[in-house]
Amino acid sequence: MGLRLDVQKRTEDYPKWLPAATSVGAVLLAFVFSGLILLSVGADPIRIYSFFWTASFGSWGAVSDVIVKATPLLLIGLACAFAFKMKLWNIGAEGQFYMGAFFASMVILLPMVDLEATPKVLVLGLMMLMGMLGGALYGFIPGILRAKYNINEVITTLMLNYIAVFWNNYWIFGKYSDAGFQMTKMFPKIAWLPRLSDFAKQYKGFSGITLHLGVIFGLIAAVIVWLILYKSRWGYKITLIGDNPKAAKYAGLNITRNIVLVFMFSGALAGLAGMAEVSGVVHRLQERISTNYGFSGVIIAWLAKLNPFAVILVSVLFGALIVAGREIQPSGVSFLIQGIILFLVISSDVLLKYTIRVVRTDKNGEIVQAKSAAVEEAE
Amino acid sequence: MNFTVIFHAGIATGTILLIAAIGEIFTERSGVQNLGIEGMMLLGAMAGFKIAYTTGNAWVGLLAAILAGGILSLLHGLVTISFQADQTVSGLSLTFLGTGIALVLGEGLTGLTTATIPNFTVPLLSKIPYLGQILFTDHNLLTYFGYLLIPIAWLFIFKTKPGLHLRAVGEKPDAADTLGVSVYRLRYLYTFIGGCFAGLAGASISIAISPGWYSHLTTSGQGWIAVALVIFAQWNPTRAALGGYLFGMLRRLLLDLQGPAMLLGMKNPFFYDRNLVFFLQMAPYLLTIIALVWGSSAARRKRLGAPAALGEPYIRGERGL
Repeated sequence: MGLRLDVQKRTEDYPKWLPAATSVGAVLLAFVFSGLILLSVGADPIRIYSFFWTASFGSWGAVSDVIVKATPLLLIGLACAFAFKMKLWNIGAEGQFYMGAFFASMVILLPMVDLEATPKVLVLGLMMLMGMLGGALYGFIPGILRAKYNINEVITTLMLNYIAVFWNNYWIFGKYSDAGFQMTKMFPKIAWLPRLSDFAKQYKGFSGITLHLGVIFGLIAAVIVWLILYKSRWGYKITLIGDNPKAAKYAGLNITRNIVLVFMFSGALAGLAGMAEVSGVVHRLQERISTNYGFSGVIIAWLAKLNPFAVILVSVLFGALIVAGREIQPSGVSFLIQGIILFLVISSDVLLKYTIRVVRTDKNGEIVQAKSAAVEEAE
Repeated sequence: MNFTVIFHAGIATGTILLIAAIGEIFTERSGVQNLGIEGMMLLGAMAGFKIAYTTGNAWVGLLAAILAGGILSLLHGLVTISFQADQTVSGLSLTFLGTGIALVLGEGLTGLTTATIPNFTVPLLSKIPYLGQILFTDHNLLTYFGYLLIPIAWLFIFKTKPGLHLRAVGEKPDAADTLGVSVYRLRYLYTFIGGCFAGLAGASISIAISPGWYSHLTTSGQGWIAVALVIFAQWNPTRAALGGYLFGMLRRLLLDLQGPAMLLGMKNPFFYDRNLVFFLQMAPYLLTIIALVWGSSAARRKRLGAPAALGEPYIRGERGL
């Protein structure tokens, strides 16, 4: 007599709620596992988690901080989800983010327009375009290398991340440095995205709330990405190439061109995130504008199962993780939780392919009777 | 600039890449791509340093590092071999996981000093003119281990029966399976071995070749460079070793370029404009991309490619490639 796991390949489609359930389960389990690791180093996980909660959702100011952090994550998560849909592993959102920030900043630093005479809308619009251009051009490089020479895009995008950081450093330590500090001069107000606190005169409650317009970019981008992926011919092609490149080639789709285009679109989203960060949050080009957003974006996209609307929710969760993680010791905790989450999500995908049941076995190890209850997150 | 110093340092730091890359060659030859080297290296570097620090014995630290890398790689094996998940994503998650664990457990280790694997000068061999100075003088024991590893790995992969099985599992798993070679078991084994090497490579930084724990900067992307090196080397340990050493030398050269005021009889721009140094820091990553482009076009010309089943989960009973 004993119990055994009986693993069977699914013969029919998995239930519709299962992907969401595995994602939620993965997040919950990740907190459990991280808690165990924290216990093992003598930290108190309960205290750390309750601190997480108050630091991220304890007040309106905190909630606003979380959404401000979630904004670049949302855009970058969308960038990743879009590329992943075609099984293009764009790990370079980090670099595309920096390039977007750099290109957008050039509008002000060069300056590309007369900052005294140009209306604010035009300045911000130009910064957005330049940000997207910077990201798209930086996405073009791994795209063309993958499309033409079949070079592994994971490695190229990662290398380009490092390169982008040094590139930015060159300018902010050198030509555009503000009195030797590792940042440029503060941009004039005309280059600032509107914030809620700008309206504090009319609505008292908004004073000190740093939430800026960038979050609207993110929400619109989510709708656009959804429309492209699920409602357009291009999205259909992208999905087909991702799921079955051989069939796509046979159907006459231009895979080379689509790889480059998807990479550029993905890069443009990440670049827009960079623009929103310099124009909405720091108001200058400086070091460390990203705290590994590129990597978080990968995890966000995966946890959201590449669904643009789910990306919105997940990026808020990750925004909270990062906001709270800034003030927490040991400092690697939010990285750890993110890593465990991604790992659990991809391992839980096995539940989408197989059913796993606990079965009773007799003395000879034969299955006696199938005991129901699929063990959801037990693997 | 002293070229003897550059060659010597290149051999030393190249060893780190060599060890990680040869480990990954074993893994990829079996058909499993593990992009988690960076995470396993960082975990190994942390484990090696921490254990060496607490026990006072660098060899125990080394063992801990090897095990740490190996155990982490088994997670990759579980997810990709048993669960047939996507190897790219799993490898990435391994990097995040390894980095996260290393940063949490490595808290407070920065700035400490610990027992290290000793350096050693080989008698007689070090007396060889010029080469002796570069190859056999005051190198870490792990560097010598690297020298031994190159021919051993090459002979094992190309000249032994287990090596033949390894390649078979990576090229034609269904055929290997028919002949009674256990695809799953071998893939687990070589994923584990690759992880052990990655852990060792990490420890070769933190407790041997450039000792210390600098949180995520300890590896600073070398795991990824090792992955690129494997492709550049076309899955051949000898080429991986040469590439690793060459890369190590280039890095040292770039570092030394910053020093002198005069360079080749001209004013050294990197000396007079310190900000240009950022371009030197960029160079290793740029070179990696160039090497990758060059290596893969060379591979195409010679019709050498990745192991045919690389990245493909093996599902028994389903038609293979």
